Amino acid sequence: MKYSLALILIIATVILVAAGWVQAGGMKIRAERSAATPEEAVRTLLTDIQAHNWDHAYAMLAPSNDTQQADFVREVAGSDGSLRTYSSLHSFEIWPVHVESGHATMRVRMNWSSAVGSLDDVRDLALTQDGNSWKVVWPKPNIANVPLQVLPVNYLRWDVIGRRSDDWGSGTVDAPQVRIISMNAVERPDGILILGEVENEDTVPAYLSVSATLLKPDGSSLAQQDSFDAIAHSLLPKQVSPYRIDFPGYRLRDVKSIRMDARALLVPASADPVVAVENQNIAKDALGRSILTGSIVNQSGQVVNIAQVLGAFYDNNGKVVWVADGYVDQALMPQAPVPFALDIPPDVASRVHSYHVVVNHYSAPSA
Amino acid sequence: MWRTVTCFALLLVSALWAFAQEGALHAPKTVTAGNSFPILTAGQGSATFYLLGVGHVTKRTIQLGQEVIVPASDITISGTYQAIACSSSCSSATFQVLPAAPARLSFLLHPSRVPVSNGDAINATTLVFDRYRNTVLSPAKAEFHITLPDGPTMTRIAQTTRGIIWFQMGSTSKQGRLQIVASIAEVSEPRVIQQVASDACHLRMNAASAGRYVKLETDPIRDCAGNPLPDGTIVSFTKIDNAGRSTVDTPIKKDKASAQFEVSGNARISVACGVALGNELSVGGRP
Repeated sequence: MKYSLALILIIATVILVAAGWVQAGGMKIRAERSAATPEEAVRTLLTDIQAHNWDHAYAMLAPSNDTQQADFVREVAGSDGSLRTYSSLHSFEIWPVHVESGHATMRVRMNWSSAVGSLDDVRDLALTQDGNSWKVVWPKPNIANVPLQVLPVNYLRWDVIGRRSDDWGSGTVDAPQVRIISMNAVERPDGILILGEVENEDTVPAYLSVSATLLKPDGSSLAQQDSFDAIAHSLLPKQVSPYRIDFPGYRLRDVKSIRMDARALLVPASADPVVAVENQNIAKDALGRSILTGSIVNQSGQVVNIAQVLGAFYDNNGKVVWVADGYVDQALMPQAPVPFALDIPPDVASRVHSYHVVVNHYSAPSA
Repeated sequence: MWRTVTCFALLLVSALWAFAQEGALHAPKTVTAGNSFPILTAGQGSATFYLLGVGHVTKRTIQLGQEVIVPASDITISGTYQAIACSSSCSSATFQVLPAAPARLSFLLHPSRVPVSNGDAINATTLVFDRYRNTVLSPAKAEFHITLPDGPTMTRIAQTTRGIIWFQMGSTSKQGRLQIVASIAEVSEPRVIQQVASDACHLRMNAASAGRYVKLETDPIRDCAGNPLPDGTIVSFTKIDNAGRSTVDTPIKKDKASAQFEVSGNARISVACGVALGNELSVGGRP
């Protein structure tokens, strides 16, 4: 009798612990940790990446491609103040591309929540069968191996000094002269887009913003928007930037005319770093979308933490028919190319004749 | 509280003014701002003296039959003034305070930077004030001494109209510092603007092969008047070859811009600076 009570208590404790494990998702985690199929292996890997469980994630990789754990973590979690370091894997989707005996390819779309919004990353991952489980052949991270060297940097820097005088007519310096060199209003299924390019015509740097006002037939304002981050705000002398202004939900039939406004401020700036855009090509990605691919190279000596690529696409007549922008989630190390891709809508891609790409960059102040 | 007292005082003074009798006070028709002057009074005994100016009222006791000295500090603002003396009855006199001699210039020279060879692009506007910031409305001869970037100085002479004078002029063909000194009598006010190079003209680059790479360098970049574009101006190099299109936006350093591309097969390379296009080169590289 006295043993039966202890036995009942032990059984009840075991049942409660088991219930708690199931309630906490233990079954799901166990299923996700399983790698009996290629899809399960990829799902397990991405779940571990999502949880920043680097040891388990690294254990899901096939040893054949000789990727070091530090390099893998550096690529997935980001480094050097890159955009990826301010991101987390929000969700992912997995499709099988092909599966055969011992080998498989799975396509994944990873959706990262970042400091600048949602970023998609589509990859084809190869897998190999290792006994009863599948392992992901993670592409070896392409970490630039730049030889030790001294890079002289002697680009210009502009500073704005002094204090504005209160006396009328004295001590004033005009704002930089900027000009909208093209503007095209296009209607898309989700609204109106104002596309074009703007040039800093002056001999000093400018911080500019472009805004547009849609006007009704009676001349009153229908809506006003500015280019937000679809523009290179800091322009050096004679530099040209694409801009795009979105008016979601509006139709061109409701608009009589559009008033454009480019405002510029005189700001301190540096001509360093110079970022080259190399090997640009329009191609189809794994999902069949038209994309402009290429690589950007930081030609200067300091690290660029966050880079944004802006592209203006022209038709046969030189008219801007699309402006796309995208962030690069890796930091730009000096002299190391980093790939980028910009989406082009299918109906626009067929009309694109040429394009112009510029790079916006942000570098954290060095200590 | 103060507003109520001021309103009441003004009402009182206005009422006194309405009842004032002309003739007992003798003031000059015009006086100069900031100069004290006497007002002659007639009669005997004491009276209360009011001075109504532009935004300014004073009150004091005077002896009739003696001169009333109006201090300089009471008439610094130009305009119409009213002097009133009241004993058993009131009398008044009206006089004008005119601006003093020109002592200050407000000189606006616009814009602060102007491209060379631009007609009527420079606007110079001058307002003339006395030492009390009254606009000097009487015509005054103004001189503008213009020092051009290449050295010569010229002078433009004109007369103010109701306290203002302005003119327009075009920028010259040479970049540099353009100084204009506006002067009236002993007063002068200098302003400086910068004439800057205009768009690039005859933009040309040269290529030199170095293995897989081609090094590009422009000739000294100048505008159509021969002024060098300032360092930091962005020049865009574009290369199109088998690998695709590559672009570099690079700043001018020491009058020239340079870039380097890796070439795959035959390549076409072009250069541009703002909206000015340069020459195009065909370069054969290693496929």
